[in-house]
Amino acid sequence: MTLLADVLRWFTDPAHYRGGDAVQTRLVEHLELSGLAVLVGVLVALPIGLWLGHTGRLAFIAVNVANIGRAVPSLALLALALPIAFALGLGLGFWPTFLALIPLAIPPILTNAYVAVRNVDRDATEAARGMGLSESGILRRVELPLALPLILAGIRTASVNVVATATLGALVAGGGLGRYIVDGLGLQEYDRLFAGALLVALLAIAVEVSFGVLERAAISPGIRVEPRAL
Amino acid sequence: MTEGEPLIRWDWIASHLDEFAFRLGEHVELTVIAVGVGFVIAFALSLLILRAPRTEGPITWVTGTLYTIPSLALFALLIPYTGLTIVTAEIGLVGYTLLILVRNIVRGIRGVPAEVREAALGMGYAPGDLLWRIEVPLALAVIIAGVRIATISTIGLVTVTALIGQGGFGQLILSGLQRFFSTELIAGAVLSVALAICADALLVAVQQRLTPWTRAA
Repeated sequence: MTLLADVLRWFTDPAHYRGGDAVQTRLVEHLELSGLAVLVGVLVALPIGLWLGHTGRLAFIAVNVANIGRAVPSLALLALALPIAFALGLGLGFWPTFLALIPLAIPPILTNAYVAVRNVDRDATEAARGMGLSESGILRRVELPLALPLILAGIRTASVNVVATATLGALVAGGGLGRYIVDGLGLQEYDRLFAGALLVALLAIAVEVSFGVLERAAISPGIRVEPRAL
Repeated sequence: MTEGEPLIRWDWIASHLDEFAFRLGEHVELTVIAVGVGFVIAFALSLLILRAPRTEGPITWVTGTLYTIPSLALFALLIPYTGLTIVTAEIGLVGYTLLILVRNIVRGIRGVPAEVREAALGMGYAPGDLLWRIEVPLALAVIIAGVRIATISTIGLVTVTALIGQGGFGQLILSGLQRFFSTELIAGAVLSVALAICADALLVAVQQRLTPWTRAA
């Protein structure tokens, strides 16, 4: 129980809310890094996934990219990003972590976007085509709204993975909440370690829950059904 | 990465084959214990869900939340209690396998056609026999698909346990990161991915052996 008391004291100590190592500073660093990585992931993966889903081409690649993504451990991505960042003269900290997070964000977004568009009822797209919508019109006005919840589910998976892995950035002198865990481990300060771990865990759960809310709100009104018990 | 040093020093790799073998053993041990223990727990939870469907919501919520917590954070939360030990690593690793395994075991057994189940009952199978001799064999393809995903992600997560003194190939990655020695960190990363690919291929072979009827499809 003394640990919990120590952790509580850590959270109530005003010194931990001042300066470069302040909780709010680390939180903002963590969110900036994760947000940018997910944004780049969306910009790269979403158009590809939507287009592949619309045309039904390259199904093999679209589906397997997620499996390949799972086989590469996040620590290995970070390890491989470090020499690349060095070769590009980007140094330590933010950039190697950022480079490691992008390949982590792409697979779930791409695969989900592909599956989401493929799963749209063929009758709906045929009807739209019959009504004279162009191919891009069909994608934008029919497929995208119907596929939105599943697309968001892919972005949620990517975001949770990215927020989790951004923690490892502290290993290559990056900022973010991982600092507390890595420093707490190094200095054997268990209150700092525990507090950092708690913050990271809560942040990941918060991201997961917010996307869940967003996904439910994104269901097209025409096909919304009351949730039923399983 | 020191100036003028090649990205990969093959002579270092040639002189560290013993260490690779040792780390391989460590990595496999951590993975096998995690997936094995995870499978036993997941199987029990799945039977509970199948008998009492009302437990599905809470079990999915707990395993899902566990799955969401970043690995480094979960290990860090355990350290004050179980220290820098294999126990800390395994509690975390087992925790991450549960969501995937439970989902696939339940889905696999629920997917057994009702006619098959009724035919077995009509032939006089007791409920226990029905489970082990009819439902589990027919669900095996889906169950092993879950074991494959759990194994691949566990092999990746084991590398993170290097931070708490375990880690298998993760030790090479970590030490390479700390010393800025690209050969070592690339070796660790490549070996870890290679192990995941081999383990997956092995499980596919096992699945084809155990469910020869799926091969015709």
